[in-house]
Amino acid sequence: MASLKELSAIPEVLAPGHRLCAGCGAPIVVRQITRAAKGPLVVTNATGCLEVSTTVYPYTSWNTPWIHTAFENAAATASGVEAAYQSLKRQGKVDKDVKFVVFGGDGGTYDIGFQSLSGAMERNHNLVYVCYDNGAYMNTGIQRSSATPKGADTTTSPVGKVSYGKRENRKDLTQIMAAHNIPYAAQVSPAHWNDLYQKAEKAFAANGAAFINALAPCPRGWRHDAKDTIEVCRLAVDTCFWPLYEVVEGKTRVTYKPREKKPVTEFLKTQGRFRHLFQPGNEAVLEEIQKEVDRRWEELLALEEISNRQSETA
Amino acid sequence: MALEIKQVAMTGNEAVANAIKQINPDVIAAYPITPQTDIVQFYSTFVANGLVDTQMVTVESEHSAISATIGASAAGARAMTATSSQGLALMHELLHIASGFRLPIAMPVVNRAVSAPINIHCDHSDTMAALTTGWIQIYGENAQEAYDNMIQAVKIAEDPRVKLPVMVCYDGFITSHAVENLVLLPDEKVKEFVGEYKPTHELFDFDSPVTFGPLVLPDYFSEIKAQQAEAMLAAKEVILEVAKEFEKMSGRKYGYFEGYKLEDAERVIVVMSSTAGTAKAVVNELRAQGEKVGLLKPRVIRPFPAEEYVKALSGAKVVGVMDRAETFSTQGGQLFTELRAAFYEAPERPLMRNYIFGLGGRDTTTAEIRKVFEQLKQDQERGSVDRKVTHLDVRV
Repeated sequence: MASLKELSAIPEVLAPGHRLCAGCGAPIVVRQITRAAKGPLVVTNATGCLEVSTTVYPYTSWNTPWIHTAFENAAATASGVEAAYQSLKRQGKVDKDVKFVVFGGDGGTYDIGFQSLSGAMERNHNLVYVCYDNGAYMNTGIQRSSATPKGADTTTSPVGKVSYGKRENRKDLTQIMAAHNIPYAAQVSPAHWNDLYQKAEKAFAANGAAFINALAPCPRGWRHDAKDTIEVCRLAVDTCFWPLYEVVEGKTRVTYKPREKKPVTEFLKTQGRFRHLFQPGNEAVLEEIQKEVDRRWEELLALEEISNRQSETA
Repeated sequence: MALEIKQVAMTGNEAVANAIKQINPDVIAAYPITPQTDIVQFYSTFVANGLVDTQMVTVESEHSAISATIGASAAGARAMTATSSQGLALMHELLHIASGFRLPIAMPVVNRAVSAPINIHCDHSDTMAALTTGWIQIYGENAQEAYDNMIQAVKIAEDPRVKLPVMVCYDGFITSHAVENLVLLPDEKVKEFVGEYKPTHELFDFDSPVTFGPLVLPDYFSEIKAQQAEAMLAAKEVILEVAKEFEKMSGRKYGYFEGYKLEDAERVIVVMSSTAGTAKAVVNELRAQGEKVGLLKPRVIRPFPAEEYVKALSGAKVVGVMDRAETFSTQGGQLFTELRAAFYEAPERPLMRNYIFGLGGRDTTTAEIRKVFEQLKQDQERGSVDRKVTHLDVRV
């Protein structure tokens, strides 16, 4: 376990002066994850906020090799980069030990890039795919994605006279990635920085494909104060809306269990996108959201239990 | 120069797979599609038997095939893929990115009709739809030309004056699946010809890291596109240089096009790829009867060597341009409209008419070509064309 002081001494690949919003979760995730690479690192980026805000030509915020080709293909692009490394290394044309990381938002990961991601994970390329999940298409102006929580007000699931916002529950991408039976899959939150750093270390050390789903609040889309980003992250974890866990070689381990599981409303009420849910008439929606959070949390604990039993028998 | 001649009987796809084996790229990322599939299968066998250094990425779609190829190429590897039809259409977005990144990717495209209706047979609707993507396009008539073009494509693409991707096109099934006699070059000659790939600005330079694919706004975007156009112009010269060098090694001559009995020809058919072989047979037949007919078979259409085409056709009285793809402009096929435009400044212009032919693999026989020459003769006698655009051999 590294101390904050040690972590802050590690040289960074993302330089200050980028154009992401104050309070944006994405650069926090990037800086915390890339610290764990400990050596030469190649970054692949899907089209999105992170890409457009860090590479406005002729400037760049990246002082490590970085590539972006399109929106839905970051995992495939990185597959090619990693394949080139395997080939050139085998032929003695590259001598360094290089790590590979991919960053995509939930649009580029859950939705348009889903096929490409699934392919890269199944082929087990030696790379770490990190989704910075801000729960909507923020770069194009807060449209709903399959990562948008139920009840959220977005520009394509707007609240109206006959609408309470997004009607569907979130896709559980971390579980889908774990179902690829890759060496390592995990869910992280920037508020729990040490948990995040340790998981990033494991992901980089995994011999093959690793997936990390990182909660990344968007003050514009979530409508919270920029200064509250980390607090909102903490509440997401303490309400079990965003559980912290990892799946290592098929074994589930919940890495943080809140001493007292808070009601999901504690998380929802911090954000303007859910404000309407607290108006009279939407009580049932809040109940449904709580029920789904509970169901998923129980399921996760059950998965951990199965893994524990398997370990005992083994 | 004495050369060990290796005569073989192979399909076009097997010949191209062998060319790629001899080139021995660092990375191949590919997805099978009829009629390209054999290339991927042959190459997988080469990899499985340790005959190549290639890292093969068996991706889950053509979109990922070209994405991974771009990633590998940007990383400094000699990288390739291959496709057809829907596969090329699925790649379309990334075709612009490969050329915009100035990546020297050589890609066989086995021409096949684009759906709908779905069809697996040859026409040129796939590559014609990719003419504005910034790729060089080279077409071959038969397995030998497909093989030879594949080897030349690598050298053209990687030339520092060019640095553009190249499509190596040949006809689905007709060329890709028919067994033909051809001559393979010795492995070491191909290796020497293409040389070792020396990338510039590769991703794995950790001392001066490169940002590949940044956001470029109106203040720089036009300059980057203008440079791409300049590179395409430079490719004109490089294509001929590479052809000359290839001829020195192989004895086989290549240029922007092949002129067949063109010198004193009054009536000329312009047609690409395998149908040119059929047209040659008809030219021979009609020449034996004293008819002044000839053929021009375009090989390179991106860049479009307009002046050279005009010069080659300057003696003709009537030109019948045959396009194996519709544009739906109602003004004719792509080759026809570009050739017609090329004649705008010419002091003398031949009569020109267009035939859309062979769509979805419709066989174009010597009888059809004879019919075209007959109509060209009638046009010549009349002094005008009776119809600008004709769908050849179509029931109405």
